[in-house]
Amino acid sequence: MTPATRPPNKRDAVRLLAVDTEANGFFDTGIDELPQLLQPGDVLVLNDAATLPASLFGVAAGQPIEIRIAGRTSTHWSVVLFGRGDWHSPTEDRPAPPVLNPGATIDLSGGLVATVLGASTVSTRLVRVRFNLEGADLWTALYANGAPVQYSYQQRPLELWSVQTVYGSQPWAAEMPSAGRPLAWSTLLALRRRGVTLASLTHAAGLSATGDPALDAALPLPERYHIPQRTVDVINAARKSGWRVIAVGTTVVRALEGNVREFGRLRAGESVTDLVIDASFRTQVADGILTGMHNQDESHYKLLGAFGTRSTLAASWRHAVKTGYLCHEFGDVSLLLPCCVREHSGVTAALLRRR
Amino acid sequence: MRLRNLNTLITGGSRGLGRALGQALAQAGARVVLVARHKQALDETVESIRANGGEAHGIVADVGDKNAVYAIAGEAAALVGPIDLVIMNASTLGPTPLPLLLDTECEDLEQVLAVNLIGPFRLTKVLAGSMVLRGRGTVINISSDAAVEAYENWGAYSASKAALDHLTRIWAAELADTGVRFFSVDPGEMNTVMHADAIPEADPATLADPAEIAERIVDMVRRIDAAPTGARISGPSWQVRA
Repeated sequence: MTPATRPPNKRDAVRLLAVDTEANGFFDTGIDELPQLLQPGDVLVLNDAATLPASLFGVAAGQPIEIRIAGRTSTHWSVVLFGRGDWHSPTEDRPAPPVLNPGATIDLSGGLVATVLGASTVSTRLVRVRFNLEGADLWTALYANGAPVQYSYQQRPLELWSVQTVYGSQPWAAEMPSAGRPLAWSTLLALRRRGVTLASLTHAAGLSATGDPALDAALPLPERYHIPQRTVDVINAARKSGWRVIAVGTTVVRALEGNVREFGRLRAGESVTDLVIDASFRTQVADGILTGMHNQDESHYKLLGAFGTRSTLAASWRHAVKTGYLCHEFGDVSLLLPCCVREHSGVTAALLRRR
Repeated sequence: MRLRNLNTLITGGSRGLGRALGQALAQAGARVVLVARHKQALDETVESIRANGGEAHGIVADVGDKNAVYAIAGEAAALVGPIDLVIMNASTLGPTPLPLLLDTECEDLEQVLAVNLIGPFRLTKVLAGSMVLRGRGTVINISSDAAVEAYENWGAYSASKAALDHLTRIWAAELADTGVRFFSVDPGEMNTVMHADAIPEADPATLADPAEIAERIVDMVRRIDAAPTGARISGPSWQVRA
């Protein structure tokens, strides 16, 4: 599938491949038609994490270095180290960064300094650091000196505003929770008017690639999330009434399903999930997913196997490739949903049975 | 509205009404993030709030700078959590002495609009979406009687505040049933640096103390649930009903 090499001129100018995971059919539409595909009572769960300026450049051990923030806890930040070069090179082509032992420092721009606390057992390129600033001074330095993680397939560097959803709040995401990017408020308010409940959680979407084979094989890393009580309540109410829960993006699936597996039922609050989802996984919360278009060798695509059969996914993806759907962060999207399970689904069922 | 633990962002927060609002809201238990251009004055305000036991954070930024908007919103949410209340207080008069419109440079009008109108628009665009998703949030745009009255020499400032008032009403109309509410607040004349810049001959003794006005506004915010979204609220009555 061809990647979208720049953000679309209009946020919602993307195609939507609607896949009926029960009737095993699909059809083409646009993201602005999403309200017609969902039913009153359905719950759409969005990841409201804003995207960090997670990429910072500096010098360590006398060498130029890039750090990309992968996550943080109350005691430290996790960052992935990249060697010389920048986003014009694919991550796998970047030279290795110096190995930094505990106590080593990374001098970033603007007087920001990161001190290495230790390295991951997976790779020496994933390190825990502490910054020399804290509070507002730290955040100001990060925003002043950082930039969003860049992608080599893009035509131009991405600005911070181009990697945000229209509902982002706390800057937890190392990379944009991209499935929600095409959602404009005209669509979201139309969903509300239709009776679809919008709910949020905050999930610290991690890095999509590091160029380190060992580290890439370990992705996604454990990621923290927070589920508000209201979201738990509306999901429980919807499930009790037989309505569907649709996750916007794989991060939302990981948060919801990881939470249920950890606590036995959906529980509000903050936690960390290391859940890896594939075709063998049976979801307990999410009935469907709105997701970006992913190549079939990516972990995100494997996660979609939890929502649709291998043959349905393969057929719909063949159609997507053939008809020019675009993939990656700024590409088109797909809705995987058992749309015809309700007798009163009316318009939705009729639409999705159209081939 | 309960003020305890209310995540609050105030622009123009280092002096005058913004500083006083920060102090009063923090005293009432709100978690306050102040935005201002000058670090020294901002740090001093933040320290004064903390010294009184309040929670305050300072972000050095210019709301008229479009590149600053996502940084302001992101830093604020990182420091205190999703923003519940934002008070767009930052304003500029443009060059002083205030000129006639015929003597106003076009670039000066653009700069006044950038700070007083487009900055609040950009910041609201970034903050209000998350508020809608959470089903709650309040945006207060600080206005002026110059938004309503046509005073000579106040052209750029007046036009910006009149447009801000109308923007407030349109935000309110578009997000009417979302739980996110918008208000214009006209605080009246106060003894501030801005007022002295605009009318240097005014007798400060005849002007209200920003601290007193801030207390009135905070009291009004406590009762603001009774006001219809889109309302324009002004002193000295601070009447919140339509």
